[in-house]
Amino acid sequence: MSLLDVKNLSVEFRTAHGNFRAVDNVSLTVEKSEVLAIVGESGSGKSVAMLAVMGLLPWTATITADVMAVDGKDMLNMSPKARRNVIGKDIAMIFQEPMTSLNPCFTVGFQLGEALQAHLKLNRREKKERIINLLEQVGIPAPEKRLSSFPHQLSGGMNQRVMIAMAIACQPKLLIADEPTTALDVTIQAQIIDLLLKLQQDTGMALVLITHDMGVVAETAQRVSVQYAGQRIEMQSVKGLFSEPHHPYTQALLSALPERAVGKKLASIPGVVPGQFDRPDGCLFSPRCAYATPRCRTESPVTANADVGFALCHYPLKEGNPEGHPGKEEAVA
Amino acid sequence: MNNETVLTATDLARHYPIAAGAFKPKLSLKALAGASFTLQRGKTLAVVGESGCGKSTLARLVTMIEPATSGSLVIGEEDIATASLKALAHLRPKVQIVFQDPYSSLNPRQRVGAALEEPLLVNTDLNASERRARAQEMMSNVGLRPEHFDRYPHMFSGGQRQRIAIARALMLEPDILVLDEPVSALDLSIQAQVLNLLTELQERMNLAYLFISHDLSVVRHIADNVMVMYLGRPVEQGPAAEVFANPSHPYTQALLSATPVADPNHISERVVLKGELPSPMDPPSGCPFNPRCPKGFEKCYADRPILQNISDNVAVACHLFD
Amino acid sequence: MTDTLAPMPEELDNRKTTRLALLIEFWNYFKENKGAVAGMWFFLFVCLVAIFADVIAPHTAVEQYRDALLVPPVWQEGGSWKFILGTDPVGRDMLSRLIYGSRYSLFVGCIVVSLALGVGIIVGLISGYVGGIVDTLIMRVMDVILSFPALLLALALVAILGPSLVNAMIAIAIVQQPHYVRLTRAAVMGERTKDYVTAARVSGVKTPRLMFSTILPNCLAPLIVQGALSFSTAILDAAALGFLGMGAQPPTPEWGTMLAEAREFILRAWWVVTLPGLAILLTVLAINLMGDGVRDALDPKLRRS
Repeated sequence: MSLLDVKNLSVEFRTAHGNFRAVDNVSLTVEKSEVLAIVGESGSGKSVAMLAVMGLLPWTATITADVMAVDGKDMLNMSPKARRNVIGKDIAMIFQEPMTSLNPCFTVGFQLGEALQAHLKLNRREKKERIINLLEQVGIPAPEKRLSSFPHQLSGGMNQRVMIAMAIACQPKLLIADEPTTALDVTIQAQIIDLLLKLQQDTGMALVLITHDMGVVAETAQRVSVQYAGQRIEMQSVKGLFSEPHHPYTQALLSALPERAVGKKLASIPGVVPGQFDRPDGCLFSPRCAYATPRCRTESPVTANADVGFALCHYPLKEGNPEGHPGKEEAVA
Repeated sequence: MNNETVLTATDLARHYPIAAGAFKPKLSLKALAGASFTLQRGKTLAVVGESGCGKSTLARLVTMIEPATSGSLVIGEEDIATASLKALAHLRPKVQIVFQDPYSSLNPRQRVGAALEEPLLVNTDLNASERRARAQEMMSNVGLRPEHFDRYPHMFSGGQRQRIAIARALMLEPDILVLDEPVSALDLSIQAQVLNLLTELQERMNLAYLFISHDLSVVRHIADNVMVMYLGRPVEQGPAAEVFANPSHPYTQALLSATPVADPNHISERVVLKGELPSPMDPPSGCPFNPRCPKGFEKCYADRPILQNISDNVAVACHLFD
Repeated sequence: MTDTLAPMPEELDNRKTTRLALLIEFWNYFKENKGAVAGMWFFLFVCLVAIFADVIAPHTAVEQYRDALLVPPVWQEGGSWKFILGTDPVGRDMLSRLIYGSRYSLFVGCIVVSLALGVGIIVGLISGYVGGIVDTLIMRVMDVILSFPALLLALALVAILGPSLVNAMIAIAIVQQPHYVRLTRAAVMGERTKDYVTAARVSGVKTPRLMFSTILPNCLAPLIVQGALSFSTAILDAAALGFLGMGAQPPTPEWGTMLAEAREFILRAWWVVTLPGLAILLTVLAINLMGDGVRDALDPKLRRS
């Protein structure tokens, strides 16, 4: 049984201009002790999907799914009270902006204590010991002194470590990290990524890493799920993804990396991600795809099978070429 | 395409006096010191570093938003380093800037066309239709539809707004364009579009770029020369190809190894630096990098190393090379 | 796949940006607040009454009917259709006085808000943009003004200048300065450090244009809301001054002055006191509701989507 099992998750937001589908039939699974990366650009719905699992979306969101279960427990129809016992204990989340994710009015020690209080029954002495323990685990020097520090007295990297400490306080089975290093400097980013991986290996928890940085994905993930405009368009092992992407978007994204540039020009993808007002018929990537055919522009693709990385494409790529493609002339038509 | 030098900076420094309390002597925050470099037409100098390294201060000095505290900054023929801002008004058209955040660098209450026309309105005496024609021409130069002239910034995506910001910066046909992390806030595919646009515009208009970034993969791609900064001072400087192939300063090495490589088969020999970035208010004694340097020795705690050439083109500030 | 300079194929946001379209969009947000819409209709009603007073009012505001003193309203015993809302102690028709009185109240509100806004914005802009010693001086002056109870200060000013409606308006405008100055200053200080202001400076925009064309339009939203709300405060203050005999002088049919004249008749002839009071109450309430609605509609954070 997978630790996290999501099938056909959809999230719609009610807006003044009509309903907006932020997540469109996304499925994924996370096994115990696995590192899964969810990659996508803005508008891909990667954060929204995970926030839906955690139950952190605003009231304007409608969440539907065939299955949404953490360790066998159904999260979709759970009462808020039961959900509060699971969130923070079995499954935890850390966010992008460490400077704003901690409450500026309370000390670090107090906030960590809160996280423990909600789920574990410890007396004061035990709590204090555990907090110091946690701060050591996340690599904060002189933890006893830090207990009475406020978030603004610590740097971004330190704050992120405190967030991680809060997240692992109750030894969760699954940790979701939503762009944890985007707001940090490069050398601090390396420290935090190393910390997350070390914790993952030491405690055996699973890690879901949401990011748009392909370098971070390559260095940390075992499996990758790629999202575009709210849909999951590919999912496979990390080595496979980088050597043989099966969806044209993944292929285009990888060739847009500065490292893969040939000459002065980068291979960019023309156009922009569809937003609320300009969703195309058929395949959502078709306006920007080099291989798009009239069929792509009218007919929505279905998910292919595992040997082509579950690519959401009519003509998934095999060894860089679209399978079953009618040819260039038809594409241009 | 000629490569004439359009800017020469020597030992630029910028200090901020900080009040430490009513009865204590004023402290001095050394945001930037010892920066010497040149900018040539058609070439890109990348300034690389993390928070507190002084790259934003450098941008403000070069765009004449603030005066330097000491040193010389020669643009064209004039040394403007410590001149008053009024005296510099006629030099403004020569240096323009593009900011990092496309969401706050455009006036939300100003239509895009008006934003593009404003530099012309203030600096030239073209009439309204001439200004409009120039603005629309610039919009197509950066890949935007001229029909979008009357739109407000919030109706554009991040990548489009950055194009507008670039267009606005180029309205006065500057010699130098300062780019302060222009693609950091953009998605990868949009980043590629904007970088291509910048390359193309540089060739077409023979611009000198001062490209500030913390993203080494982007810098590797676009820079001709690179200056690595730490706590307000350059620590390594030289042609990008040489510096990236053979980084000499331990900080440069750490920075390069910390940058994630988009290749799962790449085994990183990671130099993970311990400790935090120091605060510029309280710099360590001796070499500012010594608390975190994996190769530090006694001399590093005592003396600050000076920038010196270790080869024809590359200069390093490190006691390992004394 | 390397189309960097090809124009964007998709229309990202096609909404029209003409002034009319923006107004319609504002109205769509505004009308979600039912209270604000009700307030707006009432306020418009009062404006119409003020404009067409000469046509609507059955009598003039000053004509005294010696034979009809303290006539009760039409629905009470002794009332008549000639004086629908009754008459006051010297025989003047209440309805007509209320109708003409709306002119004064609206006049007061408009003048006070214009004065206070005009001067307050400029002072606040300078204070926020220039900073330093100028800012400190201005804010200390504002603190002094704020430390007096508003009505007391207005009274003192009117006592010096002499009791009249115009002097009352000047006094109230002065007393409201600190609110506008502080609001503008805070907004300017917030916007001053933003990138687009720096970009304008680098383009060569000089200080006056920077202050008024670049920064000020971005500070207007809270000021508009404050303007709506202080409209009602101005009416209340003018009424209070009138009640104390320091504002509009009798026989001016200003609602507060009408209240002052009628103090002794609270038990004998309730309509002389209650009706002007009700007029003030309803108008102020309507404007406050409207101001709330404007604030909600202008603030992007409070919007639904």
